[in-house]
Amino acid sequence: MNIIVCLKQVPGTTKVNINPETNTLMRQGIENIINPFDAYALEEGVRLKERYGGKVTVISMGPPQAEAALREAISLGADEAILIGDRAFAGADTLATSYTLSRAIKKIKDFDLVICGRQTIDGDTAQVGPETAEMLRIAFVSYVSKVEEVKEGLIQVHRLIEEGHETIEATLPALITVVKEINVPRLPSLRGKAKAKSAVIPTWTAQELETDPARVGLTGSPTRVVKIFSPQRTRTGEVLQGSPEEQIDSLIKKLRGSQLI
Amino acid sequence: MGIKINIETCTGCASCVAVCPFGVMEIKDDKAYVNVGCTLCGACKEACAFEAVIIEEEAKAPAAEGHRGIWVFAEQREGEIKSVGYELLSRGRELADSLQAEPSGRGLKTELCAVCLGNNIKNAEQLIAYGADKVFLVDDPALGSQSEDLYAGALVKLIQEHKPEIVLVGATSLGRSLIPRVAATLQTGLTADCTDLAIDTEKRLLLQTRPAFGGNIMATIICEAKRPQMATVRPRVFAKKPFSGRQGQIIKVDFDKAAVTSKTRLLSFVADLKEKIKIEDADIIVSGGRGLEKPENFKLIEELARVMGAAVGSSRPPVDEGWIPYSHQVGQTGKTVRPKLYIACGISGSVQHLAGMQTSECIVAINNDPNAPIFEIATYGIVGDLFKVVPMMIDKLKG
Ligand SMILES: Cc1cc2nc3c(=O)[nH]c(=O)nc-3n(C[C@H](O)[C@H](O)[C@H](O)COP(=O)(O)OP(=O)(O)OC[C@H]3O[C@@H](n4cnc5c(N)ncnc54)[C@H](O)[C@@H]3O)c2cc1C
Ligand SMILES: Nc1ncnc2c1ncn2[C@@H]1O[C@H](COP(=O)(O)O)[C@@H](O)[C@H]1O
Repeated sequence: MNIIVCLKQVPGTTKVNINPETNTLMRQGIENIINPFDAYALEEGVRLKERYGGKVTVISMGPPQAEAALREAISLGADEAILIGDRAFAGADTLATSYTLSRAIKKIKDFDLVICGRQTIDGDTAQVGPETAEMLRIAFVSYVSKVEEVKEGLIQVHRLIEEGHETIEATLPALITVVKEINVPRLPSLRGKAKAKSAVIPTWTAQELETDPARVGLTGSPTRVVKIFSPQRTRTGEVLQGSPEEQIDSLIKKLRGSQLI
Repeated sequence: MGIKINIETCTGCASCVAVCPFGVMEIKDDKAYVNVGCTLCGACKEACAFEAVIIEEEAKAPAAEGHRGIWVFAEQREGEIKSVGYELLSRGRELADSLQAEPSGRGLKTELCAVCLGNNIKNAEQLIAYGADKVFLVDDPALGSQSEDLYAGALVKLIQEHKPEIVLVGATSLGRSLIPRVAATLQTGLTADCTDLAIDTEKRLLLQTRPAFGGNIMATIICEAKRPQMATVRPRVFAKKPFSGRQGQIIKVDFDKAAVTSKTRLLSFVADLKEKIKIEDADIIVSGGRGLEKPENFKLIEELARVMGAAVGSSRPPVDEGWIPYSHQVGQTGKTVRPKLYIACGISGSVQHLAGMQTSECIVAINNDPNAPIFEIATYGIVGDLFKVVPMMIDKLKG
């Protein structure tokens, strides 16, 4: 079973603030990590390989420094890694990212399953998985919390939705996005670390992927950020005073007064 | 279209590096350099005192002519239309009216339409009461099991045929999974999880505002050159506003089974909400956080909820620890709720939690740390030990 894992390198924190006086962004030296949800995707890929044989190829579209995330993925059990990098891909929104990833997956050609994280913590859209599946015209299942089995061209999975759990069967090749309930990612092994050090990670550019220039990067991105600002906190609240009992009495009175209870 | 640095005037002062929300600016050889990941948001251009940042905006091809009207995907489950559809119609009505009033509207009508796919759909006329001029109803046994493949196929076909300029969808499990596929097939833009929608009336553009960077920053996003403009919006972000005596038209559309096939099959479904009141529908929610310390202490929250007739919510840590199922989680990666009263016990008020509850009408916070951020948004705050306060509240409410 040949598995492709889509993994993105993201800033290790989402703590970015706007300086209220200058209205500019304040960011401190932030280290980059593997998107947490993609770590579950990778772990599931490696577990499926251990169960059914085959190999795990990790792909990531990003700047040259994303190679570090790919090396880490190899230390965590991936067999191969490919960086999808070209200045032409810069500024991609989810549509352009999905197109570019789907070109890379088509180029790898021989695959049974693509695994994505449910969402990234920086882009945070949960759109790249389903859009990529659609461009590949393959089966898609989101929010997978367990892979039950893979057999005779079919994959059976559990899926977490707001109402409960579904069991779904999909034809292979398929693309699934995974939630954190699916597994507990392992730590890198010594052997893995050695492998990661010496691994050769190719970079595929626009030329190798034969991408349509009109569909990648900024040009291929229909959406555009036009404004950024700090969220408004409009509420001016009241901290209740007195002994705990007095506070509770006054709270209940106020809530009854505004007919909330 | 692109960004350039004028190296003649760039002094390498790095003010652009400091402001870049995407962290793609860098100083190389004393000059600014733009790395991969730039979205042309213009923050660096504004910050540059030397006018060294040049953003070239190639005039994008105008959006395809002939797209008109606003569509709302009205999701149903087992025939019941979900509240988020009505919420989107209520907001959609205002957007459609403001488009209609514009000179760019050239006097043409901007219709608000609802699309509903399913089997044995009940109360489709309700969609009209919440603002729809037309309802496209695709009712077929094949659509009973919520097969996303079939939904996607049917929706794409309808959109291609009727060419709306805007499509709004609830950011539910189904919406977030289904609509990206529709957008990919139509090759148009899609903005996830919007918290506000407005219209740039001059350009007939949908201004889509959503939290970025885990809710620390808000971003307004547009889709200029492609139609339809598509956005998902979380449930409870907009309020429902019914009209009385509104007229509208229900159009039954046949589902063309031959045109779409499904690559997935639903084998079984197990509902996992164990409590009676769903948090999405509750008027009052009592939520517990890490301050509860132990799984058994959630009983305290459940008891308070019981005497108040409230539903039980949670921040993320109790869910991660397995004290309570995920379906109770409120926040960025859980549910968005908008009850009349939200009582947060032992919850610090991280941006991710606030993202799911800050539009509640009245917020009560019980926390022993007077500096907890939850107090910044609380209507009423009690600084105190929840293990004393909550039992006392239960007693008083019972008595
Ligand atoms: C990508 C991402 C998505 C996330 N999504 C969500 C989400 O959907 N929902 C969510 O909630 N979080 C989410 N989080 C986590 C979020 O950042 C916070 O870690 C979390 O909300 C904190 O939960 P808490 O307030 O219960 O715990 P803490 O921050 O630990 O706060 C506990 C509070 O309890 C108080 N306390 C302790 N003991 C007592 C006592 N005896 N009496 C009274 N008060 C007491 C403390 O003073 C403290 O303020 C997300 C994080 C990330 C990175
Ligand atoms: N640049 C990228 N390279 C590889 N995979 C990506 C990239 N962006 C997103 N993905 C995948 O798509 C998922 C959803 O991302 P998003 O739509 O940004 O929330 C992630 O969890 C990844 O698996």
